Amino acid sequence: MKTLTVKYFAMFREHAGASEETLELDAATARDVFEQTRSRHGSSEPIGHCKVAINDEMADWTASVKDGDVVLLFPPVAGG
Amino acid sequence: MFAISDKDIVVDELRDQVKNAGSGGVCVFEGWVRNQNEGRTVQRLEYEVYAPLAIVEGKKVIAEAKQRFPFLEASCVHRSGLLEIGDCAVWVGVSAPHRDEAFKACRYIIDEIKVRLPIWKKEHYVDGDSGWVNCERCANV
Repeated sequence: MKTLTVKYFAMFREHAGASEETLELDAATARDVFEQTRSRHGSSEPIGHCKVAINDEMADWTASVKDGDVVLLFPPVAGG
Repeated sequence: MFAISDKDIVVDELRDQVKNAGSGGVCVFEGWVRNQNEGRTVQRLEYEVYAPLAIVEGKKVIAEAKQRFPFLEASCVHRSGLLEIGDCAVWVGVSAPHRDEAFKACRYIIDEIKVRLPIWKKEHYVDGDSGWVNCERCANV
């Protein structure tokens, strides 16, 4: 198990009811964090157009996470 | 220069930033808040921005544009917070010796900013409802 801080934005923040949580997760990759928090919050957003950052750097879903990491989950963006 | 601002965009100040004696012209794109989207009447917009990463990524986009379409000056500002109909949500200006680079770089910057930066748009409708808007290019991928 790893202790991770997960930050949520926009739609994900509304699904989570909080802008961040510190969680004990059995997660190896960013994708695991996405999937586990999605089921925790009953969200149905597909991973397809979502993005992730780890410790304030954009990352791939296959990136590994380690104890103490801050994982930022971004729903589909819509600037402009 | 790339910036996120929670205040009104002052177009004249930004235009001055892209002036250069070597530039033969400037290409500007202004994104405005419109009153309709997908058949619904919009009352106002709310932009949520994760500024630390939006700024890093926005600067990257401008650097990429400069490599592809060599220009002299570029500037871009994106709004955060609540905006009313007609407000300027994003401003991109590129000045270059010749218009071709200016047009192409301006187009590249706005297109990439819309799909890459951690920015989310919530529309508030006149019927009191509201909803997050999906990225338009993403929906077609």
